[in-house]
Amino acid sequence: MKKHQFDVIVIGAGGAGLMAALYASKTANTAVISKLYPTRSHTGTAQGGVGAALGNEEEDHWEWHTFDSVKGSDYLGDQDAIEFMCYEAVQAVYELEHYGLPFSRTAEGKIAQRPFGGHTNNVTGKPVRRACYAADRTGHMILQTLYQQCLKNNVNFYDEYQVVDLLVVNGATAGVVAIELGTSELHVFHAKSVILATGGHGRVWDITSNAYAYTGDGIAISMRRGVPMEDMEFFQFHPTGIYKLGILITEGVRGEGGVLINGKGERFMERYAPRVKDLASRDVISRAMYLEIKAGNGINGQNYLYLDVRPETVNKYAALDGRKRLDGSPYTMTGEEIIAKLPDIVDFARTYLGVDPVAQPMPVQPTAHYTMGGIPTNKYGEVVIDEDNTVMPGLYAAGEVACVSVHGANRLGTNSLLDLIVFGKHSGLRAAEFSQGADFQPLPADPTEFAQQQFDAIRNAQGNEKILDISSKMKFVMMDCVGMFRTGEGMQSALETMRELKERYKHIPLHDQGKIFNTEMINIWELGNLLDIAELVTVSAQARTESRGAHAREDYPKRDDANWLKHTLAWVKPDGAIELRYKPVVITKYQPKERVY
Amino acid sequence: MEVKVKVYRFNPEIDKKPHYETYKLEAEPTERILDMLEYIKGYYDGTLSFRRSCAHGICGSDAMRINGRNYLACKALLKDLHTNKITVEPILGLRVIKDLIVDMEQFFAHYRSVKPYFINDEPPPPQERLQSVEERERFDDTTKCILCACCTASCPIFWASDQYVGPQAIVAAHRFIFDSRDRAAAERLRILNDQFGVYRCHTIFNCTECCPREIEITQAIGEVKAAIITGRVA
Repeated sequence: MKKHQFDVIVIGAGGAGLMAALYASKTANTAVISKLYPTRSHTGTAQGGVGAALGNEEEDHWEWHTFDSVKGSDYLGDQDAIEFMCYEAVQAVYELEHYGLPFSRTAEGKIAQRPFGGHTNNVTGKPVRRACYAADRTGHMILQTLYQQCLKNNVNFYDEYQVVDLLVVNGATAGVVAIELGTSELHVFHAKSVILATGGHGRVWDITSNAYAYTGDGIAISMRRGVPMEDMEFFQFHPTGIYKLGILITEGVRGEGGVLINGKGERFMERYAPRVKDLASRDVISRAMYLEIKAGNGINGQNYLYLDVRPETVNKYAALDGRKRLDGSPYTMTGEEIIAKLPDIVDFARTYLGVDPVAQPMPVQPTAHYTMGGIPTNKYGEVVIDEDNTVMPGLYAAGEVACVSVHGANRLGTNSLLDLIVFGKHSGLRAAEFSQGADFQPLPADPTEFAQQQFDAIRNAQGNEKILDISSKMKFVMMDCVGMFRTGEGMQSALETMRELKERYKHIPLHDQGKIFNTEMINIWELGNLLDIAELVTVSAQARTESRGAHAREDYPKRDDANWLKHTLAWVKPDGAIELRYKPVVITKYQPKERVY
Repeated sequence: MEVKVKVYRFNPEIDKKPHYETYKLEAEPTERILDMLEYIKGYYDGTLSFRRSCAHGICGSDAMRINGRNYLACKALLKDLHTNKITVEPILGLRVIKDLIVDMEQFFAHYRSVKPYFINDEPPPPQERLQSVEERERFDDTTKCILCACCTASCPIFWASDQYVGPQAIVAAHRFIFDSRDRAAAERLRILNDQFGVYRCHTIFNCTECCPREIEITQAIGEVKAAIITGRVA
């Protein structure tokens, strides 16, 4: 066992973690621990843009962005936090540009912006260009730029270290325990502040846009130490995943004029969202797609639809919608322009579908995409551990792992990258500030005890279970019963399955008993995280007897503000039981009303 | 169809030297090589070790040598290989740690050596720095790099000496040298004018051929050479 000491430890090296590290390292001795090389982080796969009301292309205001996000959240987002994020967005995007981020440009040389789902001109209700983009690899450019700036500023990195336990002493943060993947050696990182920036858990579901690494590690390690999880029932299904594979096709495709088409050749979103159609928010579109497929309107009756961005289709519907360019001329696209604006999408479609999107429509289906819930925090990234928002000293969370809550029941596209940079920055600042005035908590007598127990159990497991059998069963059942549409009965059966799988999980034998890059052992540990999270998601979802945002129940199809305008908090008790309590939503000036697109 | 996957195996805790194992499995033509490796690990041999994450060609974790050419295993589809006999080996030129996992440290050290970050100490304007569409286009190609190492590990010059900075580091430098907002082009050109710098490249084109991001790497290297000779960035 090796020991290290830092003022601030950041876990995870995606957008939030790197932003936090960049800010914390200005004043505090900071290190980043990541199970992947930083540039492998999932932020890199984000495509379409980061939302900020720069107004570079047309009139826009951060207050409009705020209202759109509140409405997008189905009124479950905390309005003070959303106001903060949308106000900070403008400066945060300029700051990224000053770090060298190669945004695409307007004719005047400013940061280019494109329309995205749910982002509107609040006066006309029409889509507004708010997503600041770098072609269709905005996340890649954010990740690269922030990593580069961290190198420039000599931030300490522990790459390929898997954090496996959070140390809590006297109700405060004392550090973390990590396994060095190359050697399987345990390391204790003694710290005054710990920032969790480990991302989401989309690998719980079968069809997913999420990386193999997206196993909810930050949530798992903190819930095992008594931290409650907020709004875990809210998980976003993105409308356009590549058929069967789930690989993301950015909403930017629809921003540039692409449309969804069913098996009858209809642009069916006209029926579900008459005003903004294919640019409605994601929950609305994914549910519409599900209903179309269920009604037999899939392509050839199968369970997929077409995303059509062929120039003739784009131009036809742009003319029907009366869409105009900024100079007032009719909006048109050529094949070359589509390829120039969406090069990676063209590449994905060619590689994985054998389809050239300029000549053929792309087969798509909704794909598990984004964790709205997570570790409860306030707008400074401080983790809050009860209904009274009591701050846990020294613990911070930012990015997808956190629930501020700025996304509520449904996140708007482009708000995830925004969340990373705004709350990454503020959690870094707060964590560093806290570490200046605080002492180290003493380490426990045997700091690696709990981690050791978990890995001993994995090493010594007896039985014939297969990791892939258990993970596939979990994913299928969660997709089926705790996916886009849910029923009480379905969720009950899913819960029983998850508990059964947790038993079977104990009987996966470990074939690799070595120490060097024991990826089998790590994969089993990660599956344990996913199973625990799947159970927590299901219990949280089962209790919420209403439909709101991404949580759609066939047996409770209406939003119920009288009873459910509140956040779920779920605790895992030492005996494994899950306790649910609730806290109010913060409302500043937007009273809940019916949500129509 | 039935596929035979022959995989390079080496576990330094057990093996004195590397060997190959062959696994037979059923696979669809549209399956990724990564899917097959996952299947082998899940059902045949849990000890098989490799890196992977996003599984769609963006994170850059799973660079491997597949039938003699560098690919990302998640971007190589069975049908694209035109055979049902697949050989998977670690990328060359970097020390093998275990099976398909190589030591990336030397690769990242070369990356860091070219100052791969934006440098401009002039106080920024309150809004964005302006850059024309053309100026932005000038370095677009090299912004796509994902640091997977397919290029550097395909370069015979790098195989001969890992002191050579390699194509990836030159691509990383190119991205900043040709950015109109950056102010440290001269410094990077001086670094690459070293004996292990850009002149080691003999335009073999292996890097360009295997780049999963389709970056015109050899061209970028040529542009950096030209900038050193002329002292001008254009």
